[in-house]
Parts: sequence; structure tokens; C-alpha cells
Amino acid sequence: MSAPAAIEVTNLNKTYDTVDAVKNLSLTVQHGEIFGLLGPNGAGKSTTLRILITTLSPTTGTATILGHDVVKEADTVRRLIGYVAQERAIDRFLTGREHLLLLADLYHLKKDEALARIETLLKLVNLEEHADRVAKGYSGGMKRKLDIACGLLPNPKILFLDEPTLGLDVQSRLNIWDHVRKLKEQGMTIVMTTNYLDEADQLCDRIAIIDRGEIRAIGSPKDLKASLGGDGIWLTLSDATPEALEQLTSALQGLPFVRGIRPRENGLDIRVDGPEKALPAIMETTNKIGCLLDGIEYHRPRLDDVFVAHTGRSLTNEPAPPEA
Amino acid sequence: MNEQIQEVLALTNRWVKRLSREKFSMLFTLIQPMLFWLIFFGNLFQRAADVQVVQAPNYMSFLAAGVVVMTVLNNGLAGGVDLLFDKENGFLERLMATPIRRSSVILSRFLFVMAITGMQILVILGVAFLFGVSAETGIMGIALILVLGMLFGIGLTSISMAMAFSVKSHGDFFSVLGFLSLPMIFLSSALVPLVAMPGWMQFFAFFNPMTWVIDAVRPLIISGWSEALPQVGIALVVLVAFDALCLYGGAKAFKRSVG
Repeated sequence: MSAPAAIEVTNLNKTYDTVDAVKNLSLTVQHGEIFGLLGPNGAGKSTTLRILITTLSPTTGTATILGHDVVKEADTVRRLIGYVAQERAIDRFLTGREHLLLLADLYHLKKDEALARIETLLKLVNLEEHADRVAKGYSGGMKRKLDIACGLLPNPKILFLDEPTLGLDVQSRLNIWDHVRKLKEQGMTIVMTTNYLDEADQLCDRIAIIDRGEIRAIGSPKDLKASLGGDGIWLTLSDATPEALEQLTSALQGLPFVRGIRPRENGLDIRVDGPEKALPAIMETTNKIGCLLDGIEYHRPRLDDVFVAHTGRSLTNEPAPPEA
Repeated sequence: MNEQIQEVLALTNRWVKRLSREKFSMLFTLIQPMLFWLIFFGNLFQRAADVQVVQAPNYMSFLAAGVVVMTVLNNGLAGGVDLLFDKENGFLERLMATPIRRSSVILSRFLFVMAITGMQILVILGVAFLFGVSAETGIMGIALILVLGMLFGIGLTSISMAMAFSVKSHGDFFSVLGFLSLPMIFLSSALVPLVAMPGWMQFFAFFNPMTWVIDAVRPLIISGWSEALPQVGIALVVLVAFDALCLYGGAKAFKRSVG
């Protein structure tokens, strides 16, 4: 029997009154990966996160953290995880250091160990200068840094982040991403919720696309995009007669990296594994059969395309329904 | 056990820190209204109130007990407010994700509210003293007043916390609070003795636990031990029943909210 996965969720359901916030959700998070729960507000990702950090009990189904049940062994789970709360969960009347001191007592650290760890963490997140200021005056970025320090204080095996860059400016965002990547390098398992596509795309090893309480797709951003049929190369022909298109299609069909060819207006949409080999070969083929090109475009599928394909709507344009 | 002490102390320390950083807004809103009752209401009715009816040397000395218990009422009913904000901004979630005993948050709140209430009772008694009212039963009597006040406060704070955990928004919380507070005061023996009330008000006041507490605190201030002790005995019985009921309800609301 192999060691338990970092997180194992099986048939999880959470019902509020009559609303199903989470429906039959199952997923596995491996050790050392950054796992993203991607979806619009109210999709059920926060509910799932709260069940995993033991602050909410599931209606049915189970979830285990490093083999420990989040309901039956909640106390054990709480000792293994760190939680980076949303930025507004800061006590504006306490200083940064006081937040950490409070948590140190709640994790039952000894005084000298607590002080040493807090010093290290403040240095790590670059907040030493402001550690003794009341949090009321902190910027959004500083609050997030403090949040991360709070999450790391217990030396967790698994770190949970709730919308870690919500409402942050670009600089602070990249900063937070850097921190998360460094933690992964140190071997930490990280689970985060996000409704930013680029964040899921660039930061997460694997993501679960959640919509209306259900998982619609799960995998690495790369695989999810590839599952749409690969990158697209769009050719526009100068003289797009049906015969010319036919001829070109049959000439391209045999190439090894071509995964599919579809007609589009005045040309072809060719799905390929990657542009490096495909582009030169396609050019060569068109030259060989004497087909004149008017234009050539290269499209990488974006995560948004994946999202649309699985949920039927765009994450970026949909007005957010109210959070359950 | 040691771990829980560490948790409760740290959490209580946070409430103290918060108070010390917004002392003006908080301390004044909590103490001031009650002091005003004593200073203005007490002096206003000093001559208007009939000492034959209130059965006290003067109205101020009659009112002191009422104001002491009103302070307990206000502090107790407001005792859950900070938890309500913690719940709304997610701080409570942060606390609940740590390996603490669920009861530690509640206990820290009790400790803090009781300490504040105790200090405010002393302030009220101090101001009453400046107006010539001193407790007939002396230091021991004051200690007993503190005990009665805190016992009443535990039940009230439980109600407040139960509400904080149950309400959908803090608007609801404050509406209920505002709605409860004044009738509790008028329908009790805080301002007038029960015998001087219209029948229907007397009826409600009789079932108001506040009446029983006031009727025990009052003789401790204006009469002496022999008259006070039987009243204190009754009040203790009422308070134990009241607290048991409130704690039971509070525990249920807490369980439903945070599991």
C-alpha cells in the first residue's frame, strides 16, 4: 500500500438549505504540487476549501488530508495544514507581529520557538519594517504578505490559499506568485482557489475547473489546453477555391504533427502539437504544391477556451453570481 | 489543559489589545450611557421620586442598583459584537482553522466581557459614592454585587454570542439588540419598584431575570446584610437557571455555526 495522497476527496456534497453548493466532487492532490480550484464566484470552490480546512462539514462524502479525515480527525488535520485567509480577515487593530504571536499561541508553540519562527517569517515575506505597525495602515500587498506569514507559521505540510491575489496590483501579484513558487520548490503541497485564468495557468501544476458546484475538467493547464485539439494554425489562401483547399488538405493530412484539419473562411484551421516543427513543414508543403498564401496566423488555445468548452460560458465576461 | 490555557490567554489578550487601541470609541460608548442614567436620571428624579414609594433614603441610592445591572445588561448583550465582526470578515475562520479547542474562543470572550463589566460596576459605584451613595454592606457587599453582575453577564453574553453566530447580517444583530435593551430596562425594577408599576408592566417585570438581580443588589447598597441575604439567595437560584438556559442555547447556536 502506497503512502496516502496529500488530499483525497471522494463524492463530496455540501447542501445549504436547498442549494447544492458542492455536488459529488472527487479529486486527488499529489504531494508537492500546486493545485488550483478555478471557477467564478459562487462556483463552490470556497466551500470546498472550507471543508478541507475543517471549518465546514460536508453534507455527505469524505475528504482526507495526508490520510486523516477532515471531520473525524479534524484536530489532527488542523495541525498539518496552514491557511492563508482572504485579505479582509485581518484584525486592523493588531500589528503584523501580534497576528503571528496570537497564532503561535493557538498552535501551542513555545515562546522562544515562536519568536524565532516569527522573525524568520517576517524576513521571508519582507515585512520586518512594518511588523510593529497596526494593520489598519497596511496596503493590500502587505496584508497578503502577512496572510502568507500566518499560513506558514505552523510549518504546514499543506498550505491552503483562498484567492491569494484578489484585488492586488500587478507588482504585488507577481510577488505573491514568486512566494508560492518558492514554497513549492521546498516541497510544500499547495492548494489555492482563484478566479483568475492567468493565475491558474501560470502558477498551478494542475487545476480543477469548478462550475455550479461540479468539477467540469481536471488536469494540468497544458493538458487541458491540448485536449481542445492542440494549437491552431490558420491559413488564408489567396485563391480559396474548393479544389485548392481539397488539394492542400490532402497534402497536409499525412504530416505527423498535424492532429486535425477543419475548413474556415477562405482557408484552413490546422490543429498541431506545437508550432516549432509544424510551421516550417506547412510552409514547405504549400510551396511544393504551389498554393499561394494570403496570411498565416498562429493561435495557442487559452485557458479561457478550455473554460468555455467545459462550462459553456466565459469566466472573464460572465457577471459573477452572488457567493453562496 | 495547558494548551487550552495558552489558547484562552492569547485570545483574551487580543480583546484587551483591541480595546486598548480603540479605547475612546469603545470605553466611552460602553460606560457613558450608563453613567448618564445615574447622573442625569438620578439627579432629575431626586426630588420628583417619592422616597415612600421607592423605599430608599433618596432616589439616587435607589437607582444605583438599577444602573449597575443596566451596565451588565448592556455589556452582556453587546458581548458578541466582536465575534460577529470576526465571523463576517473571516477572522473567525482563521481561528477555527487552527488546532484550538472550539470553546476557547467563547471562553476568552466570557473572560474579557466579565472583566470589563466588573470594572464598569466599580466605576458606577464610585460615581454613586461621589453623589453620597455608599454600599451599606461594605467591601464584602461590593464583592457580592460583582459576583451577581458577572453571573447575570454570563447568560447575557451567551445570548449575544448565540445571536452573533445565528444572524445573517450585523444589521439584524443590532436591530434585535436595540429592540431588546430598553424594554428589558423599563420592564424591570431598575427605575421604579415593582409595587409602583401598572399591573401589566409588573407582570412582565416579574418574569424579567433583571428584576431579581436588581432586587438583590439594591439591599446590598441601601439596606444591609439581614435584608439582602434572602434576596441574594433567590437571585442566585434565578441566575443559575437563567445561565443554564442561555448557555445551552448558546452552545447549540455555536455548534450549528462552526461545527
